[in-house]
Amino acid sequence: MVFVAHIFGDPVGSLLWAIVLLGLSGLPGLLLKRPGPGQLLSVVITLSAAVWGMAGALRILGGAPATHYLLDWQLPFGPCELAVDPLSALFLIPLLLAAACCSLYGAAYLPAAAQPVVEKKVTLFSGLLLASMASVLVARNGVMLLMAWELMALSSWLLLLTYQQDAQVERAGMVYLLATHTGTMALFVLFSLLRGQTGSFVFPAAHSLTLVGPLAVVVLLAALIGFGAKAGIMPLHIWLPGAHANAPSHVSALMSGIMLKVGLYGILRTVSFFHELPVWFGWLVLLLGGVSAVTGIALASYQRDLKRLLACSSIENIGIICIGLGMALVGMQSGNQTLLVFGLVGAFMHILNHALFKPLLFLGSGVIIHASGTRQIDRMGGLSRILPRTAPLFLVGSLAICGLPPLNGFVGELFLYFGAFSDGLSAPLPLIAFIAPVLALVGGLAVITFVKLYGAVFLGSARDSAARQGHEAPFAMVAPMALLAGLCLLAGVGAPLLLQLVEPVVIDYAAVSPALFTRLTGIVPLPQIALMNGLLLGLMLVVWLVWRLLVQQTPVTSADTWGCGYLAPTPRIQYTGSSFADLAAGLFAGLVGARTTLTGLSGHFPAASRLALDGTERILDRMIIPCLHGADWCLAWLRRMQSGHLHLYILYVFATLFALMVWSHL
Amino acid sequence: MDSLADQLLVLVMLINFIMLGTSRLAFAIRAVAAQGVILGIIPGLLHPFSGHLLGITVSIILAKGIVIPYLINEAVRKAQIRREVEPFIGYVPTLLLGAVFTALAFMFAQKLPLAPEHRDLLFVPASIATLMTGFLILTTRRKAISQVIGYLVLENGIFIFGLLLTEAMPFMVEAGALLDLLVGIFVMGIVINHISREFSTVDTSQLKALREE
Amino acid sequence: MIPSLLLHILLLLLMPPLLLGVINKTKAAFAGRYGAPFLQPYYDLAKLFRKGSVFSTTTTWIFRAGPVVTLSATLVAALLVPLGNHPAIISFNGDMILFAYLFGLARFFTTSAALDTGSPFEGMGAAREVTFACLVEPTLFFILITLARMSKSLSLTPMLTYPSPTVWIGAGATMLLLVGALFITLLAENCRIPFDDPNTHLELTMIHEVMVLDHSGPAFGLILYGAALKLFVLGAVFVNLAFPFKTGNLLLDWGIFVAAMLVLAVLIGVVESVMARLRLVRIPQLLVAATILSAFAMLLIVR
Repeated sequence: MVFVAHIFGDPVGSLLWAIVLLGLSGLPGLLLKRPGPGQLLSVVITLSAAVWGMAGALRILGGAPATHYLLDWQLPFGPCELAVDPLSALFLIPLLLAAACCSLYGAAYLPAAAQPVVEKKVTLFSGLLLASMASVLVARNGVMLLMAWELMALSSWLLLLTYQQDAQVERAGMVYLLATHTGTMALFVLFSLLRGQTGSFVFPAAHSLTLVGPLAVVVLLAALIGFGAKAGIMPLHIWLPGAHANAPSHVSALMSGIMLKVGLYGILRTVSFFHELPVWFGWLVLLLGGVSAVTGIALASYQRDLKRLLACSSIENIGIICIGLGMALVGMQSGNQTLLVFGLVGAFMHILNHALFKPLLFLGSGVIIHASGTRQIDRMGGLSRILPRTAPLFLVGSLAICGLPPLNGFVGELFLYFGAFSDGLSAPLPLIAFIAPVLALVGGLAVITFVKLYGAVFLGSARDSAARQGHEAPFAMVAPMALLAGLCLLAGVGAPLLLQLVEPVVIDYAAVSPALFTRLTGIVPLPQIALMNGLLLGLMLVVWLVWRLLVQQTPVTSADTWGCGYLAPTPRIQYTGSSFADLAAGLFAGLVGARTTLTGLSGHFPAASRLALDGTERILDRMIIPCLHGADWCLAWLRRMQSGHLHLYILYVFATLFALMVWSHL
Repeated sequence: MDSLADQLLVLVMLINFIMLGTSRLAFAIRAVAAQGVILGIIPGLLHPFSGHLLGITVSIILAKGIVIPYLINEAVRKAQIRREVEPFIGYVPTLLLGAVFTALAFMFAQKLPLAPEHRDLLFVPASIATLMTGFLILTTRRKAISQVIGYLVLENGIFIFGLLLTEAMPFMVEAGALLDLLVGIFVMGIVINHISREFSTVDTSQLKALREE
Repeated sequence: MIPSLLLHILLLLLMPPLLLGVINKTKAAFAGRYGAPFLQPYYDLAKLFRKGSVFSTTTTWIFRAGPVVTLSATLVAALLVPLGNHPAIISFNGDMILFAYLFGLARFFTTSAALDTGSPFEGMGAAREVTFACLVEPTLFFILITLARMSKSLSLTPMLTYPSPTVWIGAGATMLLLVGALFITLLAENCRIPFDDPNTHLELTMIHEVMVLDHSGPAFGLILYGAALKLFVLGAVFVNLAFPFKTGNLLLDWGIFVAAMLVLAVLIGVVESVMARLRLVRIPQLLVAATILSAFAMLLIVR
């Protein structure tokens, strides 16, 4: 199959072998009897595969020649080409990084000694998930992509069902399976149409496809539905909160940090086939991105479950990436190179950034859940004392996801802002400029959400007795988080490095000349931004020193919280996460409804009552569920065919066969 | 050689009729075993002798003629059934239908765009006729064991057709058919066991009780 | 050049508390009192830097980091703003985005420090602060886009030094809308009436004042100074738009700037004396109205 002679010198070959190794990393655990060594072996294999593959991917981004590989399968679907171009390399880098971090984390989170059976399954399927995601990224044949896609869906589903005794987990798994297969159906449509157009399942060459009219519409919509369902673009996001919330924490990190990006990769790849895109597609992506961003973060601000909140915030970040992509597509279609470059740079940077801070937050959530024993934010509190090493790392992740300087989220969004402002500057009708206030609103809501999260979980005092016990995570769990946090800080303070990583991808994908790219990105003063970030950090140090100087010369005492003189504070009267976000959520009542159920208060001597606040989702309730009811009504009519009679069913098959035979002779 | 193969195929089609008309399970099982043995011999007549060929012939005869009938007999013994109950459309109408289908099979085979060397052979008509017989048994018999037998006949029909393709796809047909069969029998065995345990009968029309309503 | 830079820095660092003094004097004048001296805020700061600190046992390092980060972020933002006709100390393309996000960083740490105390008072103030700031952000960006389009530049200094009396005559309606929206933004971001009453921290008026209840000593001094600096910075932005009088003379321009800032402080004092704080449910409506004003300004300029 793969030519052994080339593997060590060739970056693509080393990547392909790394993918194979990742897939097989869970196998030793299955074969060995004793639980421990298998897991250790899988961690070692994954780490070495990640390092090896990352070297290959970075060399390809650096401009090394990438060879095409041909897999000699015996299937009648055309040649199975495997290739790694800069776009694939861009997505492979965070995949390999997350693989290494989550594998190391999982070794301590799910130790084999404690849960041997579960651990073997999780290790095996994690390896398969990583290998299948990487295969999607390197496949250049439609059927190969579909096979890897299906493997990815199934392995993530099986990982999701790790704790399937819980009814919530099972339900989330069912929704996920249905949603992912709906997307896969759309992908079948897409690849069949492409084959009909080009005559083979192999991907068309870049910018070579010219489709017009209804065919273009169907192809693009199929791609958007199929890949968008996996990426979690609204309104195809309904599976996301449940799936990411109920999976084990390091699996959620993989799903949220990497698998969503694979969906976006699909959309990017499909777009790259086209010579000229229709006008409406860029605007559609932009609109969907804006809606996803605002609704996603509005949803997240209302969640009370720690991991659901992080999952909903992933929807928001995917929305931001789609905004960038939409901006780029609009620029591509209208010939505006500025929008094209800024949109793509912003989108690609945010892809990398999100894959850094989202796994960091999810890994942190695993530590939090383990220490407090619950997923409900309103039952935690004061965990900063028990988790002295995790708390600052989680803070870095929260700051990064809000897009605040001096971290990396700011750098990505900066390019989107520049695109919006340059459009506002020069365009006769600056519709794109509206992106800037939308992004600002999203950023404001993100601050609300993550201050709520950080405050209710780590700060204040413990609301529940369980939150008072618990212990800090071991080194194997803290080290990956520290690595990711360090990379966030590095990417923020060393912003030009991030641009260097993204530059070859944009030049290759959008077919712009390097000179034009340098000229356009020269408008964005990344060195000055990096300098300002450094200045900010330096000034913080100076002010802190001044304060310490002043404090040292004055008496310092400890006391209880004064709180305006309230004499008997208890942990129960603190602001919970829900109360913090309640004001904001009330403003967005059109998108995120609050359903209040209050029971029992009636009469002069009311019995005990309780108040429950639930977040509901307007889009889900008003649009999707009525559609599903309508479908159910139509299909109930069909259910009459389901008589329960086995013989009748076989007769259906026979009759169809017979009818086909007769028909083919007419 | 070809005419011998043709005559054997006539024998196969006769066995179809036998199976359609009998109500004794043990006899039906022996019939389908015989059919399998005959089908095992036919590849030997079509190709020049080689070790590969001998292996295939022996394995097919073993699987279809000995192992699978043994498994079914075991299931019959455990479920303690001897006879098939009256099928949905009676034995005589079943036979008549079988004859009609065989005729249709011949007519259909005429219309197919076959390669010239295959046109005069009985392979295609026999295959389609056996297929239809298998479907007929599956649809009209009540007991699960009979449906397993019908399934076996169906597989035999597909196998006959696959014999035509042995030049194009050397190993595929054999491997596919045999594996298919083995898995099918295995599953059916388990299913029958469960049905009999659940309903204390092997009458599959009782499965209607499981319908969602 | 160097003396101007020195004056710039000195003004930046030393003038903010004076604004607070002027506002308080204005309010006192309305109430028929003499009021505290103009330099009272300076005396307050000096007193606070000498006082001892009390830290709550519930708090962690975030509580101590809050004032530090807030002040640092505001200082860096202050470096980006032009004062009157004088360019900002640091200026580059896109600094207005950094400007807005620095305040976001400050807000994150202030509210986290408030939640750190574990008291419902601070929590309430933090919740309101964060929500209203979220509504102010789109307004700010609409204003920035409009200014960018008018001045054809992507940096704060050219944007804010662009308005001049000729521009006012030419695009008067736009400038008026911008100034109105910016004034509302100024009041909201600095927690003045009609959004918050800086004099009290009763439940009715709790936003900024109540978030800092548990800070004491030098840390509280840093917070007060930081709040004054934020008022100064945003006031400088406002003054550049509303009082765009420029002469070529260096000293005269500084004088105009200082006078304009004092006039602004008096204006804020007048607003505080004349209006009462709005009901809490009306505040989002006012903020959305400000957003609409600024969006309308952008529409006018596009036409």
